[in-house]
Amino acid sequence: MIVTGKAHKVGDHIDTDAIIPARYLVTTDTAELGSHFMEGISADWNARVSKNDVLVAGENFGCGSSREHAPLAVLGAGIPVVVAKSFARIFYRNGFNMGLTLLEVGEGADKLRDGDQLEVDTESGIIRNLTTGESVRCAPVPSSMQDLVDAGGLVAYVKRRLTTGGH
Amino acid sequence: MSHTVAEKILQAHTSDDASQPGRIVRCRVDLVLANDITAPLAIKSFRAMGARDVFDRDRVALVCDHFTPNKDIESAEQVRAVREFALEKKITHYFEGGDVGVEHALLPELGLVGPGDVVIGADSHTCTYGGLGAFATGMGSTDIAAAMALGETWFKVPPTIRVEMSGTLAPFVGGKDLILKVIGGIGVSGALYKALEFGGPLTSELSVEARMTMANMAIEAGGKAGLFPVDEKTLAYCRAAGRLGDTALDADPGATYERVLRIDATGMEPQVACPHLPDNVRPVGELKGLRLDQAVIGSCTNGRISDLREAAAVLKGRKVKKNLRCVVLPATPNIWRQALREGLIETFMEAGCIVGPATCGPCLGGHMGILAKGERAVATTNRNFKGRMGSLESEVYLSNPSVAAASAVAGEIIHPAAL
Repeated sequence: MIVTGKAHKVGDHIDTDAIIPARYLVTTDTAELGSHFMEGISADWNARVSKNDVLVAGENFGCGSSREHAPLAVLGAGIPVVVAKSFARIFYRNGFNMGLTLLEVGEGADKLRDGDQLEVDTESGIIRNLTTGESVRCAPVPSSMQDLVDAGGLVAYVKRRLTTGGH
Repeated sequence: MSHTVAEKILQAHTSDDASQPGRIVRCRVDLVLANDITAPLAIKSFRAMGARDVFDRDRVALVCDHFTPNKDIESAEQVRAVREFALEKKITHYFEGGDVGVEHALLPELGLVGPGDVVIGADSHTCTYGGLGAFATGMGSTDIAAAMALGETWFKVPPTIRVEMSGTLAPFVGGKDLILKVIGGIGVSGALYKALEFGGPLTSELSVEARMTMANMAIEAGGKAGLFPVDEKTLAYCRAAGRLGDTALDADPGATYERVLRIDATGMEPQVACPHLPDNVRPVGELKGLRLDQAVIGSCTNGRISDLREAAAVLKGRKVKKNLRCVVLPATPNIWRQALREGLIETFMEAGCIVGPATCGPCLGGHMGILAKGERAVATTNRNFKGRMGSLESEVYLSNPSVAAASAVAGEIIHPAAL
């Protein structure tokens, strides 16, 4: 997948309460959750995001709760890819399970600035910064995760196993 | 070969090779858990997967504890969806009424989790059961749905950080302070993707409840699991919960650790995590004079009977500061009854506390103690993220139950000995 969009930068340890505050956990609707994306940082944060933009985060993005509403809120806001120095473990699993691609770039994230135009190739792990002309490379999505994405996410994967696996 | 506690438990649940960190293994699970926030999504995924039945109706627990008793129509609809699913699939362990408690206090008390188990829950504090020697970890709803259908899940075998604890604990210092010290030391991403294994001479001194408090907050350092050895204390706790056949468990001598962290508790003060991350930890003495609007005593971290006893011992014969709300939420109906029998509830009410039902409530800013703009709370809960308990412009300080109780009396953060 190649995603071209504007970078929206956030810092280290952005927690799941920041991504989607607990008061919105009374729904599982992706669009509704997306409309409250990052309200735990500020009420107007979401207004600047356009479809196919890229979130660029620091360390430990998505720390805290196991709420799957968090990756759903990212997707609901129109963001298909998050690039971070590192991800919290539960969020990393949840992201792929929900069909949200996550790229761990380490310190390379520092070369991406807020507002830069990016072209993210999730298969090769190359992030081209169209604003500065620089590129950032990271490990491509691990094959175990890629299998999940290729199957169409965890729901589709299990569905296939249940119909062929005799469960 | 020598193995860590995490490696041993995972290996006992898989036919894959779990002998080294980094291996991906497919494991059978002993219990799968979800709550009223995460179960509705799990059920949606479960149905979308085309699954008919859960893998074992006795090995799925659905605990409606977050927004219950239902705070509004939407939360009531969520619980209704979970209830209907539980009835349809004949789930044995479904809780929403007078039998419901905060999940991570409730399931150990009922003997549903224990030594050597692999437990996964759609709740990040599922790691609490590591206090009983289980490999227990939080996941998202869709992973939980898959496990409800298949009875298994995959794990990457984590590297382990050993926390070697020694020394003696001063009065008013306990498990909460030890884990805050660890998190303050390694940071909120210090154990990212890793297991924390607790051990050392101080371990046997810690009650099983204190161990659960510590394992509970492994996730606040980014940990996948927090694990304690299983000793005679654990086995006694499990027998009292009606479990039979549990056996001792510990890491092998010579097991390989990524890192060993040494904590000497001697001379340690109670610890407090300041806004807005659990690793912003300082000794209580440094925070003297910080005015408070609310104190919360409860949650899956510190809502057990030993926590209530500690808080009541401080509050006995004293009064909560005028205009400060002190909310006490015993974590399960059994803890509530025990507190009633011991006179703790009366102590709380005499002191002017608000004693509420067994619910997660204010811990996640759900209900029953939401903070207004500019307000400040001390809480025995596990997270103090910005806006966690209400307004984005409020503040939460995390402490042990004695410090929270003393601070409720003083109206400011204070060492209980200084009251």
